[in-house]
Amino acid sequence: MTTRVGVTVGERLLPLGVTLLAVLVLWYAGTLWLNGPQAAEMLNRAGTDWGAMDFARRAFTMPRPLLPTPDQILVELHKSVTGYPLTNVRNLLYHAGVTAGAALTGLGLGVLLGIVLAAGIVHVKVLEHSLLPWVIASQTIPILAIAPMVVVILGNAGLTGLMPKALICMYLCFFPITVGMVKGLRAADPLWLDLMRTYSAGAATTFWKLRTPASLPYLFASLKVSVAISVVGAIVAELPTGGQAGIGTRLLSGSYYGQTIQIWSALVMAALLSMALIGVVRVAETVVVRQAGAR
Amino acid sequence: MSGPVLAQAAGGKAAPARPVRRPSPAGMLPVVAGLAALALFLPIGQRGAEGAAVTWLGHPMALLFLLGAALCVGTGRSAVTPMRSAVMELAAVLLAWALPFHLLGEGFDLGRAWGMWLFLVAATVLLWRVLAVFSAVPGALRSAVVPGLFGLGLLAGWEVVVRGFSVPFILLPAPSAILATTAAQAPVLWADFYQTVVKSVLRGYLIGCGAGFAVAILADRVPFLARGLLPLGNVASAIPIVGIAPIMVMWFGFDWQSKAAVIVVMTFFPMLINTLAGLAASERIQIDLMRSYAAGYWRTLALLRLPNALPFLYNGLKINSTLALIGAIVAEFFGTPVVGMGFRISTEVARMNLDIVWATIVVAALTGSLFYGGLALLERATTAWHPSMRRR
Repeated sequence: MTTRVGVTVGERLLPLGVTLLAVLVLWYAGTLWLNGPQAAEMLNRAGTDWGAMDFARRAFTMPRPLLPTPDQILVELHKSVTGYPLTNVRNLLYHAGVTAGAALTGLGLGVLLGIVLAAGIVHVKVLEHSLLPWVIASQTIPILAIAPMVVVILGNAGLTGLMPKALICMYLCFFPITVGMVKGLRAADPLWLDLMRTYSAGAATTFWKLRTPASLPYLFASLKVSVAISVVGAIVAELPTGGQAGIGTRLLSGSYYGQTIQIWSALVMAALLSMALIGVVRVAETVVVRQAGAR
Repeated sequence: MSGPVLAQAAGGKAAPARPVRRPSPAGMLPVVAGLAALALFLPIGQRGAEGAAVTWLGHPMALLFLLGAALCVGTGRSAVTPMRSAVMELAAVLLAWALPFHLLGEGFDLGRAWGMWLFLVAATVLLWRVLAVFSAVPGALRSAVVPGLFGLGLLAGWEVVVRGFSVPFILLPAPSAILATTAAQAPVLWADFYQTVVKSVLRGYLIGCGAGFAVAILADRVPFLARGLLPLGNVASAIPIVGIAPIMVMWFGFDWQSKAAVIVVMTFFPMLINTLAGLAASERIQIDLMRSYAAGYWRTLALLRLPNALPFLYNGLKINSTLALIGAIVAEFFGTPVVGMGFRISTEVARMNLDIVWATIVVAALTGSLFYGGLALLERATTAWHPSMRRR
């Protein structure tokens, strides 16, 4: 046992720890370097003599630093998460909730569209040759760049709030799902397909009883990719809506008012949200795949 | 990959016992005829928005289109091969789809022209039949003509629906209107393209992919570094890196440097991960062979491991091509000199000049597709020998 633990620590944790430590050291050094001129100017203006320690303390505690220190970001995160009730616009969790709502709605729609398209492509030969090339081509378009316009256009059509964002997420999500599911629905062993045929099972029965369970691992692999993309889509879609809620709005207002700490804490929150959602998918995967009888 | 194998295995064995039930193309023809016959009793348009409804019999030209299409289908029925009849039917589809354009040209209002729309539905079903015949033939017909016709059909449908129902310009302009704006605004679009693509995207892409590649080689030499960086890379693929755009704009100013910086950060990790995966793709026995030839690390890298890693490298480059465009355009939302595709989109949307926005999107879509397509062609040219390219 001890040797195995020793191997994991030596092979995995040690390199990761050293890398993280290096990132931290570089980060603080970068803070000194980037905030240095500003800090020196502030100290000079104060008039009193100052040494290296004063300088470092100043650079690490700037109110609007070019690069905030990790502890500043953590303090801001802690303050914004615990300092206000959950429904307050100053609570970052509230914004994360808004973004997560849009991202998950979009993901749901995208999964639905992706699975329907994949089922069509697998069963109808014409679709495979006519639709699939366009599904692939649709992803070479930088759709995120169109996000503000989609939001404005849908706003003109009377759709505001969650739906425009969710539609953008949907467009981003459906592609990995379609591609993954086309593979997954075809992943059933030819022997099993033949077995289904000997049972005189029709296309629908084969689809539900054989192809769908066989495609589950592919579905979850695609889902993990899609969740991450969906969060990005929701954040970018929030940029043009201006002044409402969501992580993207926090980013934009932070950039307007030079509130760097706010930007960084919103970024960290976005990363946490994304990782949490992927974690949920991972848990769902183990539960569902075990239920479906996979080894 | 397993698709054809699977179809053969399943279809070949079981075909005699239980023929695969597909929607038979022949069964669709009565549907087409029925729809077209029903369409005969409905109006095909109004002269102007307030004018009286016009029927097929009241418009000799429309009748000619209908007769022509019917004649084509009829001739196709007596053709020797399914392919020839499909070609005749394709001519009928083209004739049928030309009718709404003719009517729109004469100033008809198609908002309540249910006969017209039903006729078009019949033509679309017929097109489906043609595509079914075409996609049974391997080769250029299947890989180029079928998706081409499908796309053309989508475009034509978009154009006819937008113009026929007079969809407001703010909601969705017709493709022809977008094309006209693209041509008229070419100088502005070119300036935006130059700023965004040539200045920001290309530089950021080259630096980001280059750095990812170089660090991957370094990590390959120093496994300790690889084990530290790989988990970070996996985390980085889960977090929305685009969000650093406002910070980069703050650090590097409004011009292309900040956009390139965003792209460098976005493209670094996908390239790193793909290169590392690619370098691991060579088999033990191949490496042992190189060792028995007394080849050193660099020679093994250049002659064996990098060529073997090419499919992975191209995968990273392709992923990054889209990421780079997105990064540049989104970063421009946060501040830019008064030129650039992201700037154009965000300001003109606010001023409701949606035609130039759509034209910018056309440019962005074309750029993205050409970038990706170019890489795909390059991949085909340089990795044609690789096992992953067989059977295509």
